[in-house]
Amino acid sequence: MSTIHARKFVSADPDKCAGCCVCEYACSYEKEKTFNPLKSRIRAVRLDTVINMSLTCRLCEDAPCIAACPRDALTQSEETGIIMVDEDKCNGCGWCIEACDYGAIMLHPERKVVFVCDLCDGKPKCVEWCPEEALDFVTADVLAQKARITVVKKLFQEALKTKAT
Amino acid sequence: MMEDRTLFGYAGRILRIDLSTGKTRVTPLSEEDAKKYIGGIGLGMHLLLSNSKSGIDPFSPENPLILATGPLSGTIAPTGGNGHAFVSKSPLTNGLGEAKSHGFFGSELKRAGYDAIIFEKRAEKPIYAWIDDESVQLMDAKHLLGKSPQETEDMVKDDLGDYYIRVASIGMAGEKLSRVACIINDKTRAAGRTGMGAVMGSKNLKAIAIRGTKDVAVAKPDEFMEFVKMLHERMKGPATSKYRTLGTPLNVLVHNSLGALPTRNFTNAVFEGADNVSGEYLNERFVAKIDGCSSCAMRCEHLAVVPEGPYKGTTTRVEYEPLWAFGPHCGVDRLDTIIKAMDLCNYYGLDSLSTGNIVGFAMDCFEHGILTKNDTGGMDLEFGNAEATVELVHKIGKREGLGDILAEGVKRAAEKIGKGAEKYANHIKGLEMTGYDIRGLKTAAIGYAVSFRGADHNRHGAYGVDLKGTVDRFKVEKGRSKFVIDIEDLYTIIDSLIVCKFSRGVYYKEFDDLARYYSLTTGIALTPEELRRAGERINNLGRLYNIREGLTRKDDHLPAKVMSTPIPDDTVSKGSYISKKELDFMLDDYYSHRGWTREGIPTLEKLRELGVEDLSYIVQDKIGRPEKTK
Repeated sequence: MSTIHARKFVSADPDKCAGCCVCEYACSYEKEKTFNPLKSRIRAVRLDTVINMSLTCRLCEDAPCIAACPRDALTQSEETGIIMVDEDKCNGCGWCIEACDYGAIMLHPERKVVFVCDLCDGKPKCVEWCPEEALDFVTADVLAQKARITVVKKLFQEALKTKAT
Repeated sequence: MMEDRTLFGYAGRILRIDLSTGKTRVTPLSEEDAKKYIGGIGLGMHLLLSNSKSGIDPFSPENPLILATGPLSGTIAPTGGNGHAFVSKSPLTNGLGEAKSHGFFGSELKRAGYDAIIFEKRAEKPIYAWIDDESVQLMDAKHLLGKSPQETEDMVKDDLGDYYIRVASIGMAGEKLSRVACIINDKTRAAGRTGMGAVMGSKNLKAIAIRGTKDVAVAKPDEFMEFVKMLHERMKGPATSKYRTLGTPLNVLVHNSLGALPTRNFTNAVFEGADNVSGEYLNERFVAKIDGCSSCAMRCEHLAVVPEGPYKGTTTRVEYEPLWAFGPHCGVDRLDTIIKAMDLCNYYGLDSLSTGNIVGFAMDCFEHGILTKNDTGGMDLEFGNAEATVELVHKIGKREGLGDILAEGVKRAAEKIGKGAEKYANHIKGLEMTGYDIRGLKTAAIGYAVSFRGADHNRHGAYGVDLKGTVDRFKVEKGRSKFVIDIEDLYTIIDSLIVCKFSRGVYYKEFDDLARYYSLTTGIALTPEELRRAGERINNLGRLYNIREGLTRKDDHLPAKVMSTPIPDDTVSKGSYISKKELDFMLDDYYSHRGWTREGIPTLEKLRELGVEDLSYIVQDKIGRPEKTK
């Protein structure tokens, strides 16, 4: 088995994210056939006018939400890493919500059980709809690769310009 | 929870709040009214007409403040998911006041389950309205007095313990009844024009906080999503590229090259310092980020940060109009002071466009000896004094010294100053001018003169045909009004749906596209012609309101200097201005195309045609005998 991390998750680029919440609408429509950010698995944060970012489940390797659940209602898929909620076991106590550092797991306004990103069977709608292409469906390794490429490009931007001409 | 509903898109409910008692009442929005008035300003104007008496003072408790969203609000509809409008009697014009804003506030209102809120009467002491779905409470706002809208928003969120609540509020300007006060939501978005913030202040209503948790459903979800996807694609194309790249400040150099950049309070139409305040320079040196409103697929909000100097770190959202007002219009070529002045307008809750106009007006008065250092508190108000523009905004915001008079807007300030100051007061119906030099844009000039909310490029957009060269912009001729009317009818629909005007280019077949959009959302069948007719109806509604409040043909005027000062610069527009005769010709042409009398009164026949016979009482005694039509 390859030791490369295969789990892909939805990641937002804060430089591109415009805080428009299209991801929230796309998610609530895909999952619940309605428009309501409270039913979205991804939430936008506008910290101040120039800082925007959307957040959703990071598929932690050692997921604290699972450890926090006293009723064993949460399990993690070995294959994809998504957190699965057993709605019969979940009583909406919210310990998993407290445990999550990313605010990615939320209490459903009507069903009163928690819900979390399930990656839309590997084709996340939020990524498809994001008008700024700020959302990416990637593995942690590819994120790191991209960061390295970006920073090196930045470092050598003058040299690259010369090359282009 | 999904309910049985007949109306989709709409919440189907209108909330009334009596601010004097805290009592609330919810009435249904009928399908007929939805179809006739659409939402936004159209619905707001209808509610204003049917919930107020004529002749009341805009600051009296009897003047209701109406907040309305449209059917698209709260959905993923790009730019349509997020708009709201305030409508009331304007303390600037004594006629129809309306101002729209975008951001996140409008969608929250829809999710709380309301299409519109009517704020009635006046609270005894300062309060803010906390609308939490069904629950409506009037909360003590003593601790919020004197706070900026930005501070207010944070404090209200803290008070209520929810950081996703949306807030619209007034600043010090609104509290002090400055007639150019605006209402700000989501920190940087303003319902700016016609003094709606002052009406809110007169009601002791410091802020409106909303939490909406309900679903918003559309009638035909799959087709709706397909339609939205198509709009997303169009929004990535050329129709919106201006707003996504340089933004509206692109206009600076365009207007300048066409001799249409009003400079030094309409003394010139070309600005020698234009390069320093251009959209190009702004974006290169100042713009840090471009944000979008809720559900937008374009993003336009250019956030500028001053990189150095005395105003280092000042951050604000920049658009052409306020940039023009504090820049070329004041003869100022420094972007740092322009950004600072705009930021201060947001801080005090002032309409930055009107406020910049006022500063330029004061400078013109100073240049002509009408205001002296005695009046200005020692300030040297020559054109081009960048620091003085910033200082004057502080004074207007706090109503200190000269600022107290200026906070009344240029029309009333000129009356108070006297000594012929009215020659320099550029307004229409009392609302300050915008950044188009209509001395050489004679199609746009018609739209400006007849606009129901006063000086405004956004009621008609007729500068488009002038600037693009579709017509000879220096000429007045028969039939030109047709251009104005066509766009006016479209623009009232845009402001009623509400979609953002920046998105107008993506509705390739304007009324066809918008009617389909409307029907997919609401489930109400509406033909493109019916939608156009609704646009016409809403324009007539604005006119009728103004007539009811005593406005006449005389109020369809143009700014003082547009009619007195030919463009002196050596440019294509040199010598151009608008004479009284030309204005009369324009009005005759416009009224006849609208099917109004020579005095600009909609006929009974027109009212019948538009299905608003209930408003006949407004025109009856003004028409006299029925006129013969050609």
